[in-house]
Amino acid sequence: MRWLLRKDLLILRRSRLLVALLVIYPVAIALLIGLAISRSPSKPRVAIVDETPPGQTVQIGSERVEVSQYAQRLFSQVQAVSVRNRAQALAKVRSGAVLAAVVIPPDVAAKLSSGVRQAQLEIIYNGDALQQSLVQSQLGAALAQANLGFSERIQGAAVGVIDTLLKGGSLGVLGAPPNLIGLGQIPSKLHGIIARQPPGQDRATLETVASFAEFAAQNLTVSKNVLSTVGQPIQVRSTLLHGRRTPLNTFAVVVAVSVSLMFVCVLLAAGGVALEREEHVLARLLRGQPPLVSREGLLAEKGALAAGCAFAVAFAMLAGVSAFVPLDWSRVGMWLLALAFGALAFGALGVAIGAAAREVRAASLLAFLLSLPLAFLALVPSGSVSVGLYDTIRAISFVFPFKATLQALDAAVNGAAPSLGGSLAHLAVLTLAFGVLARIGLRRAA
Amino acid sequence: MSVALSVRALGKSFGELQALRDVSFDAHEREMVAVVGPNGAGKTTLLSIIAGTQSASTGSVSGPAPAGVSGREVGWAPQQPALYSKLSVAENIRLFARLEGVADPDREVERMLEQTGLSARADDLLGQLSGGNRQRVNVAVGLLGDPPVLALDEPSSALDPRQRERLWRFIRGLADAGTSVVFSTHNVGEAERYGDRVIVLDQGRMIFDGTPEALMQAAPAGAAGDFEQALVAFLSEGHEL
Repeated sequence: MRWLLRKDLLILRRSRLLVALLVIYPVAIALLIGLAISRSPSKPRVAIVDETPPGQTVQIGSERVEVSQYAQRLFSQVQAVSVRNRAQALAKVRSGAVLAAVVIPPDVAAKLSSGVRQAQLEIIYNGDALQQSLVQSQLGAALAQANLGFSERIQGAAVGVIDTLLKGGSLGVLGAPPNLIGLGQIPSKLHGIIARQPPGQDRATLETVASFAEFAAQNLTVSKNVLSTVGQPIQVRSTLLHGRRTPLNTFAVVVAVSVSLMFVCVLLAAGGVALEREEHVLARLLRGQPPLVSREGLLAEKGALAAGCAFAVAFAMLAGVSAFVPLDWSRVGMWLLALAFGALAFGALGVAIGAAAREVRAASLLAFLLSLPLAFLALVPSGSVSVGLYDTIRAISFVFPFKATLQALDAAVNGAAPSLGGSLAHLAVLTLAFGVLARIGLRRAA
Repeated sequence: MSVALSVRALGKSFGELQALRDVSFDAHEREMVAVVGPNGAGKTTLLSIIAGTQSASTGSVSGPAPAGVSGREVGWAPQQPALYSKLSVAENIRLFARLEGVADPDREVERMLEQTGLSARADDLLGQLSGGNRQRVNVAVGLLGDPPVLALDEPSSALDPRQRERLWRFIRGLADAGTSVVFSTHNVGEAERYGDRVIVLDQGRMIFDGTPEALMQAAPAGAAGDFEQALVAFLSEGHEL
């Protein structure tokens, strides 16, 4: 078997273009997938037309909020391009220089201050459906955030007013009398007066007023809590059911490395076995009793060679990525275990594909067509599709090595659940199963 | 001449299809046995069973005492060169010598290069050789370990006349040195010229086993001394052995 291994290494050395493609292509695909997972969408370019007079403020209770502060919140969510007027904004949107334009009208402050009219922003879109969707969702989120900020300010002002109403003092509102008595002080003052009143109609009326003031003060205290609930009706409290939470960027690294491991290993193993057929050598190697090379030996050699190469590429990738993404090197032993088991399982899958195909091109195409959907299926999150479809996807992912490798590597690199041991056992079973399938596929080789 | 290969009551079926039926013959030392017949007659199946790449459904193939260093009794050169195009001539021979368990692979490489006349092309990649030279390397690999019997499946089918001539000279030399050569061919002229004996297969049955001259005599009148016409007439008559 070692002579066969030496021969394959020699052929690989002489197939530099193939080797380069085998390494560069999967790494490029892996990096693209990693980038797609780890990076949030970039900020869309949006033209902003602020038609409000500089320094204009909105009066909320005793507080003044500058319109520009509101606009700044909005601008922070997009790549803002300042333009002077609506016409310029429209021109930029039409030319494609920006994806959208936001026009803040001059009367926005007046409408906000009125407290009875809603302020309005004008948004002008352009681009295809995907771009429109992106800019709509980003601007929608930005507006929601800015509205929330405004709502908090209004809520704060309202709570201040209620406090003054309860405790007394100056409201700070134009026309309001200074040193107002607090609603909370009225019942005690009234009770003092009532005590000095003779029984009769006036005393009964005063008692009714005191009782109302007491009730009103209590409920006004409760209304402060109601206001804070209205400001943020739903709060999020996260609970992770099991395992450690994996940061998105390290998970992206794990996905990228798993994809590289899969492509290099499956393509090399499938191509290696198919090459023996294509060169018509398989029959020569397997003829007679005993044969020059046993079928098991041949498959093991091809699988091991592919696994070794893929292991080296994947580990180099992991080590290289660690320069940019902090990875815990104290877990390197577990990384190696996960990579080795994953590589062997992919190697077994590759030789099974190679045993089924008659030539290298067919084997490579089959390996590629099978591998790519498997990777995507393994990344479909639960809840994103119907329960029945997700169960089917889970079953498919279970019988191929990608998801198990992903889980093993995630456990090894990030300490995520499920445990490394379980994933390694799963991979060992898959290695055996695909090894048996490859051996059956090679039975018809002659 | 002693018997180098003995084929007895050989049969092979693929499901309902009977590819070979009750084929029996002997091949002797220094003898070149040509296997001819129309397409689908069972020539490649017969050669494959003799070479050990397929098993027989019935019957047996036996040779003399184990010969060659690995005990492999039959050397084999398939119709398509079974070699690695990314390896050189010497690397191909060396690899198979090692896999065959030859004691001194380097010496065997030298010997085979000399025997095939390819010493000057030893370091050339196989993919750069002509079809004729590739076939010579293919035969050379089949000869590793000095097997007493060499099975050649249409060895000259892809070659031009000059390459064919050189290849047959080489094979004749092997037979003269003691090897028993069993070869299949579509080229009836080659069977007449190089075969000491001719075996005719038709629909899996062996319908003739004898010298080319005997086939000419056995053919119906009208062949007028033409071997190809004699064979065609013989097949048309549906003769049985």
